[in-house]
Amino acid sequence: MRFKDVFSIIGPSMVGPSSSHTAGAARIGRAARQVLGEIPRRAEVIFFGSFAATYQGHGTDRAIAGGLLDFATDDRRLPNSIVLAGEAGMEISFRQGTGLFPHPNTVQLRLTGADSGNELTLTGISIGGGNIEIVDIDGFSVKLSGMYPTVLIHHMDYLGVLASVTDVMRRGQFNIGHMSLDRKNRSGAALTVLELDESATPELLCNLEALPAVKSVKLVDLSEKEPETDTQG
Amino acid sequence: MNFQTLSQLAVLCEERGLGIGALMLEEQSAESGRTKEQELAKMSQYYGVMKEAVERGMNENTTSPSGLTGLDAQRVGAYNAAAEPCLGGAAGEAMAYALAVSEVNASMGRIIATPTAGSCGIIPGVFLSCQKRFGWDDDYMVYGLFAAGAIGYVIANNSFVSGAEGGCQAEVGSAIGMAAGALTEMRGGTPAQAVHAVGLALKNTLGLICDPVGGLVEIPCIVRNGFGAVTALAAADMALAGVRSVIPSDEVIKVMLEVGSAMPEKHRETAGGGLAQTPTGRKIMEDLRRS
Repeated sequence: MRFKDVFSIIGPSMVGPSSSHTAGAARIGRAARQVLGEIPRRAEVIFFGSFAATYQGHGTDRAIAGGLLDFATDDRRLPNSIVLAGEAGMEISFRQGTGLFPHPNTVQLRLTGADSGNELTLTGISIGGGNIEIVDIDGFSVKLSGMYPTVLIHHMDYLGVLASVTDVMRRGQFNIGHMSLDRKNRSGAALTVLELDESATPELLCNLEALPAVKSVKLVDLSEKEPETDTQG
Repeated sequence: MNFQTLSQLAVLCEERGLGIGALMLEEQSAESGRTKEQELAKMSQYYGVMKEAVERGMNENTTSPSGLTGLDAQRVGAYNAAAEPCLGGAAGEAMAYALAVSEVNASMGRIIATPTAGSCGIIPGVFLSCQKRFGWDDDYMVYGLFAAGAIGYVIANNSFVSGAEGGCQAEVGSAIGMAAGALTEMRGGTPAQAVHAVGLALKNTLGLICDPVGGLVEIPCIVRNGFGAVTALAAADMALAGVRSVIPSDEVIKVMLEVGSAMPEKHRETAGGGLAQTPTGRKIMEDLRRS
């Protein structure tokens, strides 16, 4: 199912004007920021398809910049985010891409981390109603919806790595809803993506990072702020 | 979710003796692992955002950054107050509210995507005007939103809800179907009648292209939301009167997929055709580029 629950249809709460071109773009930007793990010093944004044709009118550029600043879709600062990105020291450029692309609303982000200098190339698509899929991270094929807290584990493709990962998850009582693994080549670099039912704790991330063959662990969590609920209910 | 089609949804409602809204709440809670109270609270918060957007659109300056649109909701509101609208007061109010929310969206204000931002006016327009008219409380409206969500969930997973994929029929069309089905249930219709309302409504928007002038969610999106709210009322009335969608609603959804998939790219949110490429549409686009 591309759309998983009621709030992927009624929602998100967002700043206009377009759920696919504004809210979806903001979520792709925010996912990229979290995969990078820090604010980028440089961001090259390449739009394809309908994104390329209409990004200025829809504020897609501002939405991407807002996402890279870790803004949620209904953050009132979003319309002003390109200015705010500049103030935060981010050098951001936008252009239209050429060649093949996987979906009418496709964007590729090429980021350089402000502190580490790490580079990230990420491709996301916006499939409607603010829902997204991240389809490629540094050449690894992934399928990341951002609907659930998601752990990304960069590791080497050794026998038993996945077993040790799932063992850490089991011991921490974390249920995995969806899992995918892609590798560059046999015994080479691999990326495992785990969608969880509840958000990962810092302890879980530490335990995963401590595993042999694991190079880095990142958490993508795009969930909205919870409303105040009556716990008596 | 334990249903993939509208007919499965209606059968499930009958088996469990629940309305569509109540069933969707149960399914949502099972899917998310959160309590029903938590899910109701989130939806209730969303309904609050819809109310705020109607309020803003009816009272504040909603001129869009492009300067092309804004304040039409207030024009319709003033007209409704001064004269008997051709539609009658209730439909006139639904239309004004739908325009209001869409204008708030175009001016980069806060809205709830239902199912998208381009179609964000239709459900609030129908819901808020009917709440006032029939004296429903907020809790009742929140269940109605779950019903609308269940219908949209089926449409989205069997077809599409973005203009770039399937044209305006996928956005405004889906929203009308969702509002019509939910309203049918809220007015006391059975789940089967609600499902008929969806099919009746969707048939009326099949083939509608997405051709926003200048690529902006303004022309013709905003007025289509106004029309959409009125159409949703009409579809609910037909279904409540016993009119059936002879082509089952699930089959109509498949037609939307077929038509949208065949739609040329220029008519799918690229501003490459339709109203966007009329002489006036092109002139507006050129003026925007220069400014």
